[in-house]
Amino acid sequence: MNALRRFWRRIRSPSPLPCRDLVEYITDYLEGTLPAEERARVDQHLAGCDGCTTYLEQMRETIALTGRLGAEQIPAHLRQELLTAFQGWKQG
Amino acid sequence: MPVATAEDIKLVQRLREGDEAAFAALVDRHGASMLRLAMNYVSSRAVAEEVVQETWLAVLEGLGRFEGRSSLKTWIFRILMNRAMSRGQREHRSVPFSSLFDPSSEAAEPAVDPDRFLAGAWASPPHRWEGVPEDRLVSKETLAQIQMAIESLRPAQREVITLRDVAGWSSSEVCNVLGISETNQRVLLHRARTKVRRALETYLDERA
Repeated sequence: MNALRRFWRRIRSPSPLPCRDLVEYITDYLEGTLPAEERARVDQHLAGCDGCTTYLEQMRETIALTGRLGAEQIPAHLRQELLTAFQGWKQG
Repeated sequence: MPVATAEDIKLVQRLREGDEAAFAALVDRHGASMLRLAMNYVSSRAVAEEVVQETWLAVLEGLGRFEGRSSLKTWIFRILMNRAMSRGQREHRSVPFSSLFDPSSEAAEPAVDPDRFLAGAWASPPHRWEGVPEDRLVSKETLAQIQMAIESLRPAQREVITLRDVAGWSSSEVCNVLGISETNQRVLLHRARTKVRRALETYLDERA
């Protein structure tokens, strides 16, 4: 009986999403690939959960900071060697 | 699937004509990412630089065969990946490609230590990083922590986060070059990002 009641509750109203599960949905959420209904559950949870909101912010910060590594330039000596190789190719 | 843009076709034409400025601009745009990616497969920076050089020579030699069925970027990076992997295999560093990108070959790992939850809810929630001074957050030390965390990832996770978050590629570009499904890409990205976040959290918390 209990199982049946739980089943009905699950399909009638969105069941609460535990924090432990939300952190596993974070990438799908940020990638925009969650189905609308799941996305709504995540939004609903975030609206009332400081811990998960902070987690999401940290994830966004992590992505932004990781992006800073990409500001690196190609080493000057390698760039020069490539340009020399290009000149050689052009003539060859 | 991204195919060559009109800009790609024009660029290839300029390269064929020997336009050095066009070549230099292309090297500046992709060179650092190529080197970073190659280093994931081979034993040293010196070898990775050789792989990058070989790749550009192969690109120049192959310009006449470029048909625009993929974007120029995808084409260049596929050549790079093939060269880096075969070089790595000769060095006995790389594992076979297919097993490399199959997330099911890896054990599932929770994003967050299960001990931090009680009955599914945060028992030990993360602390906001808002209080961390901006110059510390973006300091060389913090970025070095991220770099170390990325280096310690499994190769496939490292590949995906390098292309997505360091080089700023779209998911379809990454899937194309690595030859993996969107789902696999997302699983690998998720695992990579959560580990980098965890490393940052450990670092920022212990010095707070």
